[in-house]
Amino acid sequence: MSDCGDSDVLWIPYKERPEWSDVTPVPEDDGPNPVVVIAHSEKFEDVYDYFRAVLQSNEKSERVLHLTKDALELNPANYTVWQYRRDLLKHLNTDLRTELDYVEAVIKNSPKNYQVWHHRRVLVEWLQDPTMELELTGDALLQDPKNYHAWQHRQWAIKTFGLYEKELDFVDNLITDDVRNNSAWNQRYFVVNNNLGWSDLICQQEVCYTLEKINFVKNNESAWNYLRGLLIHDKRGLSGNAVITSFCEELYKNKCRSPFLLAFIIDVCEDAIKKKDTNCFHNADRAVELCQALATRYDKIRSKYWNYLCERYKKYQSEQLSNDNKTNDLIIDE
Amino acid sequence: MENQVRCYNDIVSEAFDSEDVKTDTSIDQIYVEKTILKLYKEFEKNSSIDPDLPLLIKEVHSKLLKKCLINLPKSYECLDASRTWIIYWILHSLWILNDMPDHETLSAVVKFLDQCQHEDGGYGGGPRQYPHLGTTYAAVNALSIIGTDEAYDSIDRSSLQRFLWTVRDVDGSFALHKDGEQDIRGAYCAISIAKMTNTYTEALFDKTAEWIVSCQTYEGGFAGCPGMEAHGGYAFCGIASLALLNRTQLCDIDSLLRWSVNRQMRIEGGFQGRTNKLVDGCYSFWQGAAFPIISAILSKDNKELIETVLFNQSALQEYILICCQNRDGGLIDKPGKPRDIYHTCYGLSGLSVAQHGTGVMDPYVVGSPSNELNRVHPLHNVAPHLVYNSVHYFIRHPPPVKDKN
Repeated sequence: MSDCGDSDVLWIPYKERPEWSDVTPVPEDDGPNPVVVIAHSEKFEDVYDYFRAVLQSNEKSERVLHLTKDALELNPANYTVWQYRRDLLKHLNTDLRTELDYVEAVIKNSPKNYQVWHHRRVLVEWLQDPTMELELTGDALLQDPKNYHAWQHRQWAIKTFGLYEKELDFVDNLITDDVRNNSAWNQRYFVVNNNLGWSDLICQQEVCYTLEKINFVKNNESAWNYLRGLLIHDKRGLSGNAVITSFCEELYKNKCRSPFLLAFIIDVCEDAIKKKDTNCFHNADRAVELCQALATRYDKIRSKYWNYLCERYKKYQSEQLSNDNKTNDLIIDE
Repeated sequence: MENQVRCYNDIVSEAFDSEDVKTDTSIDQIYVEKTILKLYKEFEKNSSIDPDLPLLIKEVHSKLLKKCLINLPKSYECLDASRTWIIYWILHSLWILNDMPDHETLSAVVKFLDQCQHEDGGYGGGPRQYPHLGTTYAAVNALSIIGTDEAYDSIDRSSLQRFLWTVRDVDGSFALHKDGEQDIRGAYCAISIAKMTNTYTEALFDKTAEWIVSCQTYEGGFAGCPGMEAHGGYAFCGIASLALLNRTQLCDIDSLLRWSVNRQMRIEGGFQGRTNKLVDGCYSFWQGAAFPIISAILSKDNKELIETVLFNQSALQEYILICCQNRDGGLIDKPGKPRDIYHTCYGLSGLSVAQHGTGVMDPYVVGSPSNELNRVHPLHNVAPHLVYNSVHYFIRHPPPVKDKN
């Protein structure tokens, strides 16, 4: 809710401009019983009265291009004005480079607005020139490293124009700045997934990278989530990678009780159970024990969830028990 | 009991541990925890002398909402292209509070919304604005809350269906408006609108479920578009869309559940929108409403009824009631932020979900019994019977032109 430039004393209302005297302003028509009426400033009303007039007459001229700029300054979230402005740009064959500069300035002022980023994207598509995009989004991410719009635009540019080359370095710097920046971790996944691919070697490298970060800050959900995410692509699954499982057991032995560690071990147990590959560390009993520890001690806010999962593992326990009994029966029969 | 109100000492013991590694994320988080702990401490003191606390100041919220339904201050200029949204947020909030405006006012709203209806079908954010899926969703929901024949009949469903076709892409995704940005909000709004007004056809949503599933991330939540970070608002759009399309089996429900439960904050009790971000009252609904949907899906898959929702219902109510009420009316994102209609609507919607859960069990109401709110439909965020009424009205009144596409 920015202040819309009421301070500019040099402002001349459109209704007083001789070059606009041929246009009859169109006031907002809320019907007979207006509701949700916003107390607009005089300037807002004046500009939009003229915008409605040209929208109605479908005027496509330079002066309208200026008018849309004033309208957008007053409300950069007005998608109708942006759309009309794009129609004007096309119709007037405007120099799109100046438009890029213009929208860059608007983005700097309103970096969390859907319309401005979309406008930028359309311009880049028209020009087929993404050379400025990494810098532009990089600047926005410097201001707010979790700005969703900036990341989305960046991903689009990278994916559309194949700009992966230095992206992993960019991501790495952000993770070094703030190891808890989940947007940066997500971008890491994006780069590997779309460019490097999850080969055995890359998987291994990513595991090393992530374990190092977890060692640095154990209670960091972003890193744990990334670890689980990359293991989707590891043929050995969650339970089959000895580097990871022994890393986790080492942490556990050293009294680390981060809920993310315990939750991860539970997932390893589940994977082992499903593959019928349980061992003394990873089995239904351990999963039940960890769920109970989380529910009652380490992650109480999620006790309902842990109790729900616990019931699932208790079923595995009883299945295992009955299987063991069957095996025993067979042995006795023999 | 899993749903008991937490005591202050227990809350304090959950404080964020930065492990001697201070980063922007941990600094911001610790700051918010401090402000919130102060409020919870104060509350414990006050509640020992007043057992009716925490209290939802319903009348104060109602009064503000009714005033805003007529007039809004200049600070709302930035929402000049979202006036149908403002109407929906207000009417839905008032419905939740069980304090609807009189018939005359509602009839005025119907007439105003008609001014926002575009000749090409759908609704703009205000009169003469281009049609937009978000503002159309808001208008349709508002009209179904009003629920009169006048309201239903004001929707031009033939042109509405044409509008839905113009924003559909071949891959099943939807742009928010013609030549506008494309993300999962578009798909959700389109599906919700089409279901609510009986303009839904198989062809209109061909491949849409597959596109939505491609937005599920390695974390388990859904992103705005494929590749992006899982996010509470988009996760709601994703799972609600799949439920409306009856295609939930396409997604990984276990990982969605894991991601969703982890969004509830240990101290605050409210939800964050993304991993390692701050709590925000609006996610009380976006994240909270995913839980009854998830319980319904798990019940179907496991063939045993899960009657509860798998988040901490009382902690969420504590956050909304103690930390998110402006004493002059309206709800907020987090302490220190200004009130606004958006956060009022989604804070109250989230509070309703936290009280009613799946709707199968008796409501669980924290604080004064007068805090109990009306129920909402988790897929449309409109009262359940109003969704039913609207859907069935439009089944009885099929659109004049059949879908030829």
